[in-house]
Amino acid sequence: MNRVVITGLGAVTPLGLDVPSYWAGLKAGTDGIRPIEQFQRETLNQKVLGEVKGFDPLKHFDDRQLNTLDRVSQIAVVAAREAIKHSGLSFEGELADRTATIIGTGVGGQTTIDDSYRRLYGDKNPRVFPLNIPKLMVNAPASQISMHCGLRGPAFVVASACASATHAIGLGYQFVRSGLSEAAVVGGAEACLTYGSIKCWEAMRVMAPDKVRPFSKDRKGMIIGEGAAVLVLETEEAARKRGAEILGEIAGFGMSADAKDITAPDAGGMGRAVKAALSDASLNPADIHYINAHGTGTTANDRTETEAIKAVFGGHANKLSISATKSMIGHALGAAGALEMVATIMSLREGVVTPTINYLGLDPDCDLDYVPNEARDMKIDAALSNSFAFGGLNAVLAAKRYQ
Amino acid sequence: MSDVATDVMSVIKKKIRVDRSEITMDDRLADLGLESLDALELVFDLEEKFEIEIPVNANDAQIGGFEKVSDVVAAVQKIIDKKAQPA
Repeated sequence: MNRVVITGLGAVTPLGLDVPSYWAGLKAGTDGIRPIEQFQRETLNQKVLGEVKGFDPLKHFDDRQLNTLDRVSQIAVVAAREAIKHSGLSFEGELADRTATIIGTGVGGQTTIDDSYRRLYGDKNPRVFPLNIPKLMVNAPASQISMHCGLRGPAFVVASACASATHAIGLGYQFVRSGLSEAAVVGGAEACLTYGSIKCWEAMRVMAPDKVRPFSKDRKGMIIGEGAAVLVLETEEAARKRGAEILGEIAGFGMSADAKDITAPDAGGMGRAVKAALSDASLNPADIHYINAHGTGTTANDRTETEAIKAVFGGHANKLSISATKSMIGHALGAAGALEMVATIMSLREGVVTPTINYLGLDPDCDLDYVPNEARDMKIDAALSNSFAFGGLNAVLAAKRYQ
Repeated sequence: MSDVATDVMSVIKKKIRVDRSEITMDDRLADLGLESLDALELVFDLEEKFEIEIPVNANDAQIGGFEKVSDVVAAVQKIIDKKAQPA
């Protein structure tokens, strides 16, 4: 079996429109939750979201291309271009046929759906734009990346709500490890910030009004965000042969389903995914130094995730550094796992653990080390990135510092 | 009993998951089998019925701070009274 390494990273995030700005924001503990700009917010209770600011599609695409690109595909393609450029790979020849494109997304072209239905039901305009279907279809981000980047191998979208990107990265890892693909362009994209979808999230009553405070006392919930992140995976052998800079190694992947409740998290299901990832990576619990937590900021997730970590890691749980990227960028659903995996790889590479910001103090149900409020310099050999979705679908990646 | 109380209780009765022909103001929601998603649906049904907005956060230990049926009735009554006041 092949060792699988990462040679390129790309991201479009609330903290910046590329990986360097995203990483700088994370290290500085910048809060990316800010007032909504994309649509009218007067009749919303929710005033702040994890919105990508200053993204100008015309900098990346012409008018004609934009006719078939929902925002979710736009940011997916921009993140993929950055990751591929970073990797130094060229897909001119045969490699294109042997490269997989696997992208996670929760809901697909939400902006297109929202705009067209408002026109139809709200404005009573009987005509809708003829290319809505290819814009809104949930596979569009993978299709558009394959088209724009010339990738001709297996390509599809993975949908498992908040775990979509982690499932997508894990599948790409398995493709490259087994030799089914020579390389894989993997990650996630989500652009779900529309008036209609935020009204639906409001109705679930799970969002905090102001800030995301994962694992903290007095936390009030999650806040929805958006973004895209893409990683280029290839075999260690191929990367070394061409003299590529290796950014990190994916060491294992674990999955599970709770088979219990459509919204409530389950420590048993979470723990089984964590154990599966450790076992797949041939790592012992004590080998792990850092966990990039799912850490949404809801009372239920953070308490249950803490319980699962304690159950799997025993006494070593107290030695782990655990942090929640969502404290800074909110919850980008189907993209979250990729945004967090990029953060995890950068942490392994640079020896810096990003903080859980907005942390106010100890919640007795969450009594581990969550790297509160400030980044920490720390050499990490191995880390996990957790994603646990509505519907009880769990996915965990294990990554190692490349040496 | 006020009309509001009667109406609130009829909405609650449709959501309960235990075999009960009648409910009382003193019944605890938990004893009526109302779990968190049921409570969210209950809030929605009440908002629809009375055309009001009930501010609740599902992250609170008790949704809306509602322990008993009487707490729900009181909250709805309060919102209706506030709505009736001239601005």
